[in-house]
Amino acid sequence: MDTSRSYLEPSSFSKKMAAAIIIVYAVITLIPISWMVMTSFKNVDSAISYPPEVLFEPSLEGYVNLFTNRSRQSQEYLDSLPPPKNWYEELVRSREMVITGPSKFLGRYSNSMIIGFGSTFASVFLGALAAYAFSRFRVPLKDDLLFFILSTRMFPPIAVAVPIFIMYRKLGLGDTHLGMIILYTVVNLSLAVWLLKGFMDEIPKEYEEAAMIDGYSRLQAFFKVVLPQAMTGIAATAIFCMIFSWNEYAFAVLLTQFNAQTAPPFIPTIIGEGGLDWPAIGAGTTLFLLPVMIFTIILRKHLLRGITFGAVRK
Amino acid sequence: MSVKKKFKGLSDKAVGWLFIGPTVLLLLAINIYPLVYAIKMSFTNFYANKIGREPQFVGLKNYIKVLNKEAIWEKMQVTASFMFWTLLLQAIIGLGLALLLNRKFKGNELLTTLIVLPMMLSPAVVGVFWTYLYNPQVGLFNYVVNFFYDLGSFDMIGSSTLAPWAIVIVDTWMWTPFTMLICLAGLRSVPNYLYEAAEVDRASKWQQFIYITLPSVLPFLLLALLFRGIENFKMFDMVVELTSGGPGSATELASINLKREAFEKWKTGYSSAFAVILFVTIFGFGNVYVKVMNKIKER
Repeated sequence: MDTSRSYLEPSSFSKKMAAAIIIVYAVITLIPISWMVMTSFKNVDSAISYPPEVLFEPSLEGYVNLFTNRSRQSQEYLDSLPPPKNWYEELVRSREMVITGPSKFLGRYSNSMIIGFGSTFASVFLGALAAYAFSRFRVPLKDDLLFFILSTRMFPPIAVAVPIFIMYRKLGLGDTHLGMIILYTVVNLSLAVWLLKGFMDEIPKEYEEAAMIDGYSRLQAFFKVVLPQAMTGIAATAIFCMIFSWNEYAFAVLLTQFNAQTAPPFIPTIIGEGGLDWPAIGAGTTLFLLPVMIFTIILRKHLLRGITFGAVRK
Repeated sequence: MSVKKKFKGLSDKAVGWLFIGPTVLLLLAINIYPLVYAIKMSFTNFYANKIGREPQFVGLKNYIKVLNKEAIWEKMQVTASFMFWTLLLQAIIGLGLALLLNRKFKGNELLTTLIVLPMMLSPAVVGVFWTYLYNPQVGLFNYVVNFFYDLGSFDMIGSSTLAPWAIVIVDTWMWTPFTMLICLAGLRSVPNYLYEAAEVDRASKWQQFIYITLPSVLPFLLLALLFRGIENFKMFDMVVELTSGGPGSATELASINLKREAFEKWKTGYSSAFAVILFVTIFGFGNVYVKVMNKIKER
């Protein structure tokens, strides 16, 4: 049988060619991301030098600028100040500026965290319940309901943003964490239900039936038998929901301003505050993208399923 | 019915409603209600920033206005050409990469993960950092282009002929992995015996590609393009941060225009009518597409 495989298996030369092309593509596609990370470690001058500097002296100016607000001062004023207390104050002084306080970045970043975790928890919890019911019970109009749930994902966010804006204004949910958590929960529900239904379909019914024969109620069987079995699927779904909430921009920019603003609408404004402060933008971008990249690597086995709402499995 | 009597606790029917209820209610409240509200507003001359002024029913006036406005058709054209080029490039490059990755060389899985990274990033943040790469004075993109082919100074975002390509390039960079992953799943689903039989029949590699590989991948590719088509029809975040629809309105996609009408000019009635039209378009096209896709699958 081995001989019949040999001519199906690509030749070692064609494998090497394929690998070479793929490696070149991977390198090119990663350049923009690496460039942003590199820029975050440049100082302001080296970020705007031409030709672009590949080798540069690393600096934390971008990160300092990201986390602080500064104001420009005259040399006489700077000389009159007591000597800088720490390295970042020294760095800022060398640019003829003083630190006036912390920037809003940390607050925006933690808003992203709160809203992301809150909505992820809610949509995975509600999604798991609905997915289980769709997977196990004879629900009237099941296919229509499932399609309805999926179709809510097709709405352009801007199309429903005005009514939601008005509704939230009436309910006092505008620019609040709770309002954004509810909104992202709803947007993620379609994904959560569809993905989790796929994962639950794969758990044999016999497990919970055996538990029920042993005296568990349906609810107990669900929480004590099915949920632990579905843990991998639940974790993968949760990461997908988290990434969506983390990355979402349209609703965030339209419905939040001060209190509940997340990082995506905030990061572009960094540049306005500091002129051409590319290292600070780079620093904000790097800190913002890092968690997603780590999650992507954790998720790699389930990626396909997640991006197609469970339509394509491996 | 006799089954449920055997077990204690709530009946399956009750558990079913308890489990599905909250999801359906939430979707009705935060998705369907706003949509119905938008449809209702589309028949009025409502301005969301003028509180207290009673909106009046104006019938189909808003719809007629939208459809007769030449600028709207320009936005639709911008959207259509953005969709055409991004989908075309992503189909070709994505399928090509999938064919290469399917040769199962060493390090295959690691490379796939690395290639996939861009599509997981926040589109708005991607838009921001590409403005740096496209910067006409210091941008890396401009430098690399000039390194290979001396174009002199050019501005991808500031020029109305180049800006549409600027957004196509970024979208393709970001989303080609999407079609790639799905095509790869398609390629791996082809049973080996088909190729074995073809070898026995002395079919050439090219014939095998045309008659076995391509038809098997096609449904997967079409599915990927459906997802991308819907997403790019709604495209907002990346383009807003990259070009904000400019210069002029060279990259003003339908949803960017919608945002301007709804949240800058506050023409709520008019913009709702536009939103409904967009929504019907996407649903209509989506349905026709799925029908065609299923026909191809059946063959």
